[in-house]
Amino acid sequence: MIKRLTDLAKNETGTIVDFDETDPRLSVRLREIGFAEGDSVTPLHFGLFGKNPMSVRVNGALIALRRKDAHAILLKSIPTEVTP
Amino acid sequence: MLRLALLGAPNCGKSSLFNALTGGKAKVANYPGVTVEYRKGEFALPSGQEIELLDLPGVYGDCGHSMDERVALDAVRGDLDGERAPDAILFMMDASHINTHLHNVLQAKNHGLPIILVLNMMDMAARDGITIDLTALEREIGIPVISCVAVRGSGRSLLLDFLEDWGGDVTHGSAAKPDPEQIDLKDLQARARSITSNAVSRVQKAETFSQRIDNWVLHPFFGIILLFIILFVMFQAVYTWSGPAMDLIETGISLLQRGAAAILPEGLITSLVVDGVIAGVGAVLVFLPQIIILFAFILLLEASGYMARAAFLVDTLMAKVGLNGRAFIPLLSSFACAIPGIMSARTIEQERDRLTTILIAPLMTCAARWPVYFLIIGAFVPAEKVGPFSQQGLVAFGLILVGVFFALLMAAIFKRTLTKGASSGLLIELPSYKAPVFKDYLIGLWDRGMIFVNRAGRIILPASVLIWGLMSFPTHATTTAQTWAGKVGGLIEPILRPIGFNLEIAISLIPAMAAREVAVSSLATIYSIGEVDTDVKLTELIAANWTLPTALAFLAWFVFAPQCLSTFAIIRKETNSWKWPLFAFGYLFVLAYFAAGITYHTALAMGLS
Repeated sequence: MIKRLTDLAKNETGTIVDFDETDPRLSVRLREIGFAEGDSVTPLHFGLFGKNPMSVRVNGALIALRRKDAHAILLKSIPTEVTP
Repeated sequence: MLRLALLGAPNCGKSSLFNALTGGKAKVANYPGVTVEYRKGEFALPSGQEIELLDLPGVYGDCGHSMDERVALDAVRGDLDGERAPDAILFMMDASHINTHLHNVLQAKNHGLPIILVLNMMDMAARDGITIDLTALEREIGIPVISCVAVRGSGRSLLLDFLEDWGGDVTHGSAAKPDPEQIDLKDLQARARSITSNAVSRVQKAETFSQRIDNWVLHPFFGIILLFIILFVMFQAVYTWSGPAMDLIETGISLLQRGAAAILPEGLITSLVVDGVIAGVGAVLVFLPQIIILFAFILLLEASGYMARAAFLVDTLMAKVGLNGRAFIPLLSSFACAIPGIMSARTIEQERDRLTTILIAPLMTCAARWPVYFLIIGAFVPAEKVGPFSQQGLVAFGLILVGVFFALLMAAIFKRTLTKGASSGLLIELPSYKAPVFKDYLIGLWDRGMIFVNRAGRIILPASVLIWGLMSFPTHATTTAQTWAGKVGGLIEPILRPIGFNLEIAISLIPAMAAREVAVSSLATIYSIGEVDTDVKLTELIAANWTLPTALAFLAWFVFAPQCLSTFAIIRKETNSWKWPLFAFGYLFVLAYFAAGITYHTALAMGLS
C-alpha cells in the first residue's frame, strides 16, 4: 500500500519518495514551495474540521496545505528498517 | 541607470530591503501589506552611482501560477508594459529556509540575468541553529552570495559595499550571466539538496521559538478563539483609543469654522467655506484617528507573520463555503478598503475562487463605511460601557459580523451557481514570527493615512462643494425640497421612502457613489446650511432630526452599501469585463434595499422611535 502525507499522525515523521502526478500542476506547485524527494515531513497542526487543512514541517519551513493536496505527496511506505 | 529587481519567495523581506535602500520612497503606488503590483525606487551607491530598484510580489518558482506571480515574472522578463527588463536580479531568501528554497534560486538562474543571492535574516537563522558556509555556497551555485539583515543598517551598508565592488559592469567576472540550465525541477531540487548538505549545517533544536508559539496560535480550537479575540480587541480599540484625538480634531475644525466666519464677509462665500468645505471635509477627517488605529492592527498582523496563520485557521471554515484560506487576506484587507483587497485576490490561483472573493469583498466593512457607522452609532448608541466593553464598539462589531455573515452566505451561493467547480488548495508558507520593523511599519501606516487624507482632498472636497452648491441654489429656496439638491434627491426619494429614508438621506446617497464616506460629509453640509450655530456636532443634529428606525435602516443599508464607483472600476479592471461589476452592483443593491426595508419596518413594528 502507498503511504501518503495524509496518513501521518500529528508529530509523526515520514520521508518523501515521490509525487502523485495525477495533477501535474499541483506537483510542480508542491515542489516549488519546497517539497522534494528525500525530505522529512512532519504534520504539526490540523484544522478544526476534518483535520483540514494541515501544517507540515519540511526542512525548517512550515507549510500549510489542504489534505486534498497533501494526498499527492507519497512517502516511504515502511518505517525505516533497522540495518543489521 | 542600472536596474535591479528584487525577486524571492513571499515574506522573505524584499519590501524591508527595498525600504531600507530607497528610504521607502516608491514611485509606483502600491497598497501596503501584500505587494501585488511592483514598486519602483532609487538609491545611490557610495560612489554616487544611481541604481533603480524594483520590488516584486513574492514568487517561488518560474511557472507563475497566480496573477501576482505572473506580474513578478513578467517584470523580470521585461514583459511588463512600459518597463524594460532589469539588468540583474537580487534574489532574496530567508536564510532559515535555505534548505527548502535553494532550488528557487537555481530556477531563477534560467532567466539568463546576472544574479546575486541575498541571504536575509541571518540572525534568525543562527537563532534556529543554522550555520551557512557562504564561500562553499558561492562555489557550488556559481553566483555571488551575501548575507544580510535587511532591517539593520549594517545589512544595508554591507550590500551597498558589495554592489559597489560588483559595479555597474554587469558583464564583469562573477556578475556574468549564468548559463541557463535546462534541467527539470526534480533534478534542480536534487542538486539544491546536495548543495545544502555540504554548505549548510543545522543543529536540530528541540523546538524553535516560532514552533512554541504555534502550538497555541495554530491550535484548532484555541487558535480560532485567539483570532476572534484579536479581531474583537481591534474593533474595540478603534473606538476606545481614538476619542481624545477625535475631540482634538473636532475642536480644531470648529475653531477653523469660527475663524473663517469672522474673517470672511457675510454671504455666499462664507457659507461655501464654512458649511461646504470645512464642514464637509472636516466631517470625514475627524475619523482619521480611527482609520490609523485600524491599520495599525492590520499592518502589525501582517508584519509579524500572523496573517498567514489566520488564513490557516479560517481555511477550515472557508472550505465550508467553497472558498479557501488565501481569500482571508484579501477579505481582511477589504476591511480597510475593498480596492487593495480585490487586487490582492490575485494571490488566489483558481480563477473561480478569485472571482468569488472579488464579488464578496465589498461586503467587508471598509474604512469608508466606518465614518458612517461612527456617525450613526455616535448619534443613537449611548457611549456607555457594557462591563469592560464600549457599547458603541459592540454595535460596530455586530454590524461587521453581519457583513461577514452575508459575505460567507453569498460566497456559498455563488460557489453553487455562478462560480461552480472545484476549489483550489491553500498551499501557503507560514513564515517565522518576527518583530515588525518599526520603520517599515511607520511607512505602511503613513501611506495608509495619506491615502485617506488624499481622498478627503480629491473626492470629498469637490463633492462637498457640489453638494453645497446644490443645497444653496436657488437662493430664494426656503426648504431643502426647493433647492436643486432637493429636486435631484426628490427623484430617487420615492424609491427610498418605503425603506424609511428621508430627503436628506436621498440627497447624500448620490454623491456617496464617489466614496461612501461622502454620505457623512454631505449630511454635514446639508444640515450645517440650515444650522446657525456651528458648534452643534453633526451627531447631535442627526439624533435630533432622524427617528431611530430611519437611523437603523440607514446602518443596514451601509452594511451592503452598493456604492463606491472605484470599487466597481477595480472589479471591471480585475475581471476584465463589465458583467461582474454590474452584477456586483445589482446584488448589493438588492441586499441593501431589502435589509434597510426589513430593518425599518421591524423597528417600527417594535414601536422604536
